[in-house]
Amino acid sequence: MLRLENVFKRYKTGDLALKDVTLEIPDGQVIALIGPSGAGKSTLIRCVNRLVNPTSGKIFLGDTELTSLSSGALRKARRRMGMIFQEYALVERLTVMENVLSGRLGYVGFWASWFRKFPKKDVQEAFRLLDRVGLLHMADKRADELSGGQRQRVGICRALIQNPELLLVDEPTASLDPKTSRQIMRLINELCKERGLAAIINIHDVLLAQMYSQRVVGLKAGELVFDGPPEGLVPEVLTDIYGEEDWEATIEEVDEDDEELLVEEAEVVA
Amino acid sequence: MSEVSAEKKFPDRWKKPPFISNPTLRWLLYVAVAVYFATAFGTMDIDWQRAWEGLPRGAEFLASFFPPSLTDSNGVHVTGTIIDGILDSIWMAILATVAGIVLSVPVGLGAARNLSPMPVYLFCRSIIAVSRTFPEVILAIFAVKLFGFGSFAGLVALSIGTIGFFAKLLAEDIETSSTSQNEAVKVTGANWFQWVNYAIQPQVMPRMIGLAMYRLDINFRESAVVGIVGGGGIGDTLKTSFERYDFSISATILIVIIVIVISLEYSSGYLRKWVQ
Amino acid sequence: MPIIDKPDGPVWKRRKTPVQLLIWFGWMVAIAITVMAWKRIAANDLLWVYMPTAGQQAVDMMQRMIPPNWSYMDKLWKPVWDTLNIATIGSVMAMAIAVPVAFAAARNTTPHKLVRAFALLIIVSTRSVNSLIWALALVFILGPGVLAGTLAIGLRSIGGCSKLLYEAIEEIDHNQVEAIEATGASRLQQMAYGILPQVMPTFAGVGVFRWDINIRQSTILGLVGAGGIGLQLSSSMNTLAWTQVSMILLVILGTVVISETVSAKVRHAII
Repeated sequence: MLRLENVFKRYKTGDLALKDVTLEIPDGQVIALIGPSGAGKSTLIRCVNRLVNPTSGKIFLGDTELTSLSSGALRKARRRMGMIFQEYALVERLTVMENVLSGRLGYVGFWASWFRKFPKKDVQEAFRLLDRVGLLHMADKRADELSGGQRQRVGICRALIQNPELLLVDEPTASLDPKTSRQIMRLINELCKERGLAAIINIHDVLLAQMYSQRVVGLKAGELVFDGPPEGLVPEVLTDIYGEEDWEATIEEVDEDDEELLVEEAEVVA
Repeated sequence: MSEVSAEKKFPDRWKKPPFISNPTLRWLLYVAVAVYFATAFGTMDIDWQRAWEGLPRGAEFLASFFPPSLTDSNGVHVTGTIIDGILDSIWMAILATVAGIVLSVPVGLGAARNLSPMPVYLFCRSIIAVSRTFPEVILAIFAVKLFGFGSFAGLVALSIGTIGFFAKLLAEDIETSSTSQNEAVKVTGANWFQWVNYAIQPQVMPRMIGLAMYRLDINFRESAVVGIVGGGGIGDTLKTSFERYDFSISATILIVIIVIVISLEYSSGYLRKWVQ
Repeated sequence: MPIIDKPDGPVWKRRKTPVQLLIWFGWMVAIAITVMAWKRIAANDLLWVYMPTAGQQAVDMMQRMIPPNWSYMDKLWKPVWDTLNIATIGSVMAMAIAVPVAFAAARNTTPHKLVRAFALLIIVSTRSVNSLIWALALVFILGPGVLAGTLAIGLRSIGGCSKLLYEAIEEIDHNQVEAIEATGASRLQQMAYGILPQVMPTFAGVGVFRWDINIRQSTILGLVGAGGIGLQLSSSMNTLAWTQVSMILLVILGTVVISETVSAKVRHAII
């Protein structure tokens, strides 16, 4: 369970990015965090694993209070949170396998990681995850040889091999085309279900947010303005979050006929 | 899909693919490198005995940096000598930059393929090649033979070095200048000089001013070196101090050189930004 | 205004008057400095007695250099080999030290501000002193020979390489490092997995680039007794053995051209 209590974040520039955010996410729940650019979505999830330090407030992961951890304890706590990035953030000059294994860095010593000597079960798990996302044959390729969708899948493997309790997902589809976006969102969703993972997914695509989450949280100028089920995103709410716009076209029901696309693409790359 | 993968067996070992995939080639390379270093070290004539004896002297040299001193071992003040040497180097660097640039303009124009006929081009390119290949210090020994000891020889050497540097970059800049601009001016009926003045010059000028600053910077550094082979300037003073084992003076001179080089580098970088 | 209204109609000028004045002023200052510099050098060091004969001497020197003494090559193999070793071992040594110094000097990897200041001091002081000056100092300390030369090349290259390396480290893509940080990796692991792979090609390029420069530099170290082919050059010049001098110059030319080609090829292959 993740709990944020009265979290504030003010950057050195003076911008108040988060204003008194209180939020609780039970185990296994996938929530979508929506809001316009600059609303503080990224800051919020970065505060959770403290890539950004909150100015005040408390964040608990289970019983651990993340906000007061020393750097050693913080590293241990970070192992419990996998993060997936907007621009994939793979280390481009490392192989796919190294990128996946880098998710275990918090568990192995420096020299073991330097010589790429990871425990056998980590290596096995890495292969299993790559197979799960359909990239087993790419293990020895360098990350910069992959397409956007493939890179994001490697990013997902890197986060999952940490064996986390929580996934922090920052705009996973911002650099992808619509079809790949859906595939990636579905994959994240399936994996969360398989493993009973909680996830916070930052996403600016309202449609995808509705399709792939159990709960939607709306953020506007650093403040929580909506918290409810996906069906609750009526035009009035969206206007409140994003501003005036014709929202009827966006909240259309989506048909679920692209199930075979994932399989199709996996065959193409194989 | 997940049910299938749960049953699969996956390898529990993984090795990063090696940098060179062909194993024979890879090992050949390793062996070659090992053999090279072994022979290199084996054939180096190093007098360890002498080096060992020099260590206390090295310590003395390092110690004399803290604090630097302005009197030599006989207690004579050398501030004046150092200032003279530095000024000499500075004047030498300035003059060499000016003379070198003035001379390199015709050479650079001649070495631009889009500007000059083949014989002129080849002639100018060979001037550039020669002056670029040999370090300023080698040019300086010849200049010393011809003009005698002193900063004039250094000046000649640095000027020639400047020609090689500046003319080459100028020629390259001209060769890559915009063809459409060049043609536009040409079709107005301008003669060769008007054409260079109106079409080429505006395109290459800003970068050339920046390079001039940069070269001034290099010339000062080199002016400290040509003195070692008799080309005058602060290098001369420095060498004399070493020959007298006056390490405290050498240390002071080195610090002065470092300070000037750094300030020149910063100011030339700043000026370059300001010009462009 | 570039266009000035005069009683007999507007006159076009290239620049505004104050700008034009400033430019003229700049030129005047530049000319004044040049004249001053010339006076100083001419007064102190220009030995007019050499002037009338310098041209004749140069021609004379050239004539004596031709043809090069080809058989002297037998005695040059060893100095050339020494020169190559000084440059190569010096470069390797310098890179081994330059890499940690660069990590200490880069803003995003330095462990502490004071460490950074110290690393920058190392970079600046080794870089600002030419390798020939280092060689001069080391010859007086350690005695003449290749050891002094190699250390001189190494010392000068530490700063030269470190500067390029730490600039490369500061310019990396921070997202990749952040992703590694988010997995719970330690600072050293973040460097090994997030930063090093990104800067590796630059590191290799810098090493080869430096080696190329060092070949050139090590040809002259012998002039102060620090080993390599410069030694033969200076003794041949002192004994006025001009045909040997021209042979040595040819060898230097060849070495420089070859090293330049090799380094260009290698860098092309890496990047």
